[in-house]
Amino acid sequence: MVPTAYYLVLAAVLFSIGIAAFLIKRNVITIFISIELMLNAVNLTFVAFAHMWHQVSGQIFVFFVMVVAAAEAAVGLAIIISIFRTRKTLNVDEIDLMKS
Amino acid sequence: MQPALFIIFGGLAVAGALNLLFQRHPINSALSLVVVMMSLAVLYWSLGAEFLAAAQVIVYSGAIMVLFVFVIMLLNAGEEEHTHGSRAAYTVGIPGAAAIFCLLSFVFLSERDALKTANVGGDLGNGVDNISAVSSMLFTRQLLPFEVTSILILVAILGAVVLARKEQ
Repeated sequence: MVPTAYYLVLAAVLFSIGIAAFLIKRNVITIFISIELMLNAVNLTFVAFAHMWHQVSGQIFVFFVMVVAAAEAAVGLAIIISIFRTRKTLNVDEIDLMKS
Repeated sequence: MQPALFIIFGGLAVAGALNLLFQRHPINSALSLVVVMMSLAVLYWSLGAEFLAAAQVIVYSGAIMVLFVFVIMLLNAGEEEHTHGSRAAYTVGIPGAAAIFCLLSFVFLSERDALKTANVGGDLGNGVDNISAVSSMLFTRQLLPFEVTSILILVAILGAVVLARKEQ
């Protein structure tokens, strides 16, 4: 029998690794991948809490998060493709059109 | 069985996430994220969410990651190079992520007794399986949000087509 807190700590580990990858990585696709990792970590906390309270509401939340993640992945990757088409780079340091 | 599953697949998930962090090539990061998602599916199953375990495998590691791998292949993304921005991110990112991890795990572990223990399999009792519980909730009380998500998916598809279209 595993305490629910251990599942939450596992989710915190995955979320922190996602934050670190989000900040460190310079490739825009890899940054997007680390956002997906953070969404997955949050889904794990939802499922753990749903199990703890013996309710399916948390699982419904995870279902909606999956739908939003699918929509976000489709739109985000389309934006990445159109950025690459105009700027010929995937490095976030060189995508600074709105900075100047 | 639960502690063994938790240790094996939790360890696999953390190892995959660390591999994602340390690999330089985007395709390696994408494939290690598939490992993380598959082990999370096993953890969902052990927490009594069979529907979500199947949806995780089909939607995330099936559809979304195939989309990622397609885009990486299409754009021919190579290894990323280290720049000035990445050095600044190292000095800020690692301590910041460690601080957030310490805060979260301190809260969770200090409330460890209030959070109960998790048993493998059916958590709902009274003979209701997970899929029928989820679907009866989804198609009665959550029907409107469920229909709104289909409109969201439709808008996202149209947006993706418009954004990725070649400009004339």
